[in-house]
Amino acid sequence: MNFEELHEIAKIENEKRAQFEYSINVCVAAGCMSCGSLELLTSFKKEIERRGIENWCKAKGVGCLGLCSAGPLVSVQRYDQKSEVIYKSVTLDNVHEIVDALTGEPVGRLACSKEMSFFKNQQKIVLENFGNIDPEKIEEYIAVGGYEPLYTVLREMSPANVIEQIVKSGLRGRGGGGYPTGLKWTTVMKASGNQKYIICNADEGDPGAFMDRSVLESDPHRVLEGMAIAGYAVGADKGFIYVRAEYPLAIRRLKKAITQAEQLGVLGRGIFNTPFNFDIKLRLGAGAFVCGEETALISSIEGSRGNPRPRPPYPAEYGLWGSPTLINNVETFANIPAIIRNGSAWFASIGTEKSKGTKVFALAGRINNTGLIEVPMGTTLREIVFNIGGGIPEGSKFKAVQTGGPSGGCITSDYLDTPADYESLTKLGSIMGSGGMIVMDDTSCMVDVAKFFVEFCMTESCGKCVPCRDGSAQMYHLLSKITSGEGNINDIHMLEKLSDLINNTSLCGLGMTMPNPVVSTMHFFKDEYLAHVHDKICPAGVCNMKRGGRK
Amino acid sequence: MKKVSQIQTLIIDGKEVGGKSDESILQVAKENDIFIPTLCYLEGLSDYGGCRMCIVEVKGMPRLVPACTTLIREGMEVTTNSEKIHNYRLSILALLFTERNHICSACVSNGHCELQTLALKLGLTHVEFPYIFPKMPVDATHDRFIADHNRCVLCGRCVRACHEVEGAHTKDIMGRGITSRVITDLKESWGSSKTCTSCGKCVHVCPTGALTEKGKSVAEMEKRRQFLPYLKLMRERR
Ligand SMILES: Cc1cc2nc3c(=O)[nH]c(=O)nc-3n(C[C@H](O)[C@H](O)[C@H](O)COP(=O)(O)O)c2cc1C
Ligand code: SF4
Ligand code: SF4
Repeated sequence: MNFEELHEIAKIENEKRAQFEYSINVCVAAGCMSCGSLELLTSFKKEIERRGIENWCKAKGVGCLGLCSAGPLVSVQRYDQKSEVIYKSVTLDNVHEIVDALTGEPVGRLACSKEMSFFKNQQKIVLENFGNIDPEKIEEYIAVGGYEPLYTVLREMSPANVIEQIVKSGLRGRGGGGYPTGLKWTTVMKASGNQKYIICNADEGDPGAFMDRSVLESDPHRVLEGMAIAGYAVGADKGFIYVRAEYPLAIRRLKKAITQAEQLGVLGRGIFNTPFNFDIKLRLGAGAFVCGEETALISSIEGSRGNPRPRPPYPAEYGLWGSPTLINNVETFANIPAIIRNGSAWFASIGTEKSKGTKVFALAGRINNTGLIEVPMGTTLREIVFNIGGGIPEGSKFKAVQTGGPSGGCITSDYLDTPADYESLTKLGSIMGSGGMIVMDDTSCMVDVAKFFVEFCMTESCGKCVPCRDGSAQMYHLLSKITSGEGNINDIHMLEKLSDLINNTSLCGLGMTMPNPVVSTMHFFKDEYLAHVHDKICPAGVCNMKRGGRK
Repeated sequence: MKKVSQIQTLIIDGKEVGGKSDESILQVAKENDIFIPTLCYLEGLSDYGGCRMCIVEVKGMPRLVPACTTLIREGMEVTTNSEKIHNYRLSILALLFTERNHICSACVSNGHCELQTLALKLGLTHVEFPYIFPKMPVDATHDRFIADHNRCVLCGRCVRACHEVEGAHTKDIMGRGITSRVITDLKESWGSSKTCTSCGKCVHVCPTGALTEKGKSVAEMEKRRQFLPYLKLMRERR
């Protein structure tokens, strides 16, 4: 494979596209697929054939269109005018009228307004190809400029140049910690060792998060390309993607993508006729949240029990089978091709001073537009919840937004104007985390929410260290007591004491951050806790209180 | 280039001490008769970092660190026993005592138990958490040994001794969190294990009365661990 051949593929593909005036893009990511988008796609194909219009109109499957709550979603693109109509909640009965409407006015009843803030106020880098290319066809990825950054890197840049670009871009890890990516790459590059590895962390275990899954399902080549660029930069020739077995569609698409990339020679030996080799293999996780922690993940790939180990030494120095290992999140890798293509200055111009670029969030809970969004770092929570997210359903009132999943905290309406960036969220006692955002209204009891997350951590704790293993069980016991109306004020003090203990003495990030949901709800909603223990009532009416409790 | 360990000086509890750059804070403290409580650590086995008893403060580090897995550095200032650390250690011990059944008066290891010794040494007078006390099985199927899971603190010493020293890897841990448990092979009875060599190493490294020899009455089970440093030394010389 050389540059001309890559261009040839892009050219052929673009010509193929140009033949068709219209393209009906049906979302075939997991959300829409589960409400029947595959049947819909078949039905569109049949309808096109029946009408004999296949020479100017085609139907194809594409990645996630974002507004998952209103699936199945269908986007009708008109090439010459570069216009697009997005239809929501499409059923088999609508196929006729949508095809009818191709040349006329859109079906107003089903169409989402392009002016809708959900679409208008986003900025897409990681999700740029979503809803546009078929994730199962490498040619379509190449047609939109895919694998060109890899070519540029291999033929025109030295590893040091590449790392310099990543450092300058200001990119930080999207897996939760926000560690500067360029710095991590530099450390791995400088680490001594003949064998080095790249690992892509696609374990995504936080309840309510589905950003990484969508990226793998909708644009898998982007991640492969990011990993290959990383491999070249740090001097690794082998990569692993650790993906949870609960993501069968993502796994299938990744396998297909790897095979296609190997066949075309953009992965494998002598990529683009250079001496650079890079192989990627999949490793499936068995759905343990703790296996997202980097040292546990490495242990799991090695075939051992997925237990974390103390750091240092960090994986950058002592990782997979003792070799220097670069481990980054899916979204982190997905940013790399765009940074190489558009330059680090472009990337650094987006976002805030310390948090560059964009962030993908999974909006869930009591919010009108649940789904996947991508916004510049520093967008306020108000903008995300009330504008892009469309606010809270009629008749209920916003109470809090939970970010960072089991390691994060709640943010109340007083703080909605906080910019969503790493530092600001941490200051409020929450964290950016991987991008899960759960919106709650006044039907949620905050003690119950805290209990939910503590229970999650209790059952997901690996059990290796005492404070997390036993402390989580004791905390869960106390919260159960409080939510059943049998708690007293001492239980609240005990919760505070345990939170401090677990946070300060646990071995890994799971334990250290586990108290966050409790500390944060106790800080912002102390009165709710007190109502549970003093008055034996649950203000939100969620907890099943044994009135008066047992004395 | 071969890595050579260098001599470094540091301060532990105000005392100036020296050690090699590949030694941990715990090793150097031991060499200098500075006591740091430990439970999962055992000389001769790999470091585990699970019990969190050996946490210490290092000046300039944002978090407490386990002394067993943190290597020394030139100029380091370590505090091994502030009030804060002491209270954390007491809480961790209390969590262990409430996790399973540790009624010493009815235990074959009474008087020879590391958990008990630590509690006495640190002055644990009461526990502030409710007892969880799950009903755990006792495996007495082996000819010579008994595994009483009610006394286990999940320190992982038996697993490491079996894997690293004996090379049998009969013992392992299954499950997660508070429900984890030491198992024999793939959760079979100890007596029917085909991989167990009956060497008894796990029994003797076990800090509590979880793994014991048969035929011992209350307070009769003393553990013999001298073999470990000896084996380690012999292997290093090879
Ligand atoms: C309990 C726990 C779970 C984690 N789960 C994930 C995960 O699902 N995906 C992920 O990318 N990082 C996860 N992390 C963070 C990783 O340890 C690691 O920091 C990250 O993959 C580094 O990539 P980045 O620098 O690109 O963010 C988790 C950390 C902890 C402590
Ligand atoms: S903090 Fe929890 S998950 Fe992490 S090592 Fe300790 S027990 Fe395991
Ligand atoms: S059986 Fe003994 S050595 Fe093994 S984990 Fe339990 S307490 Fe530790």
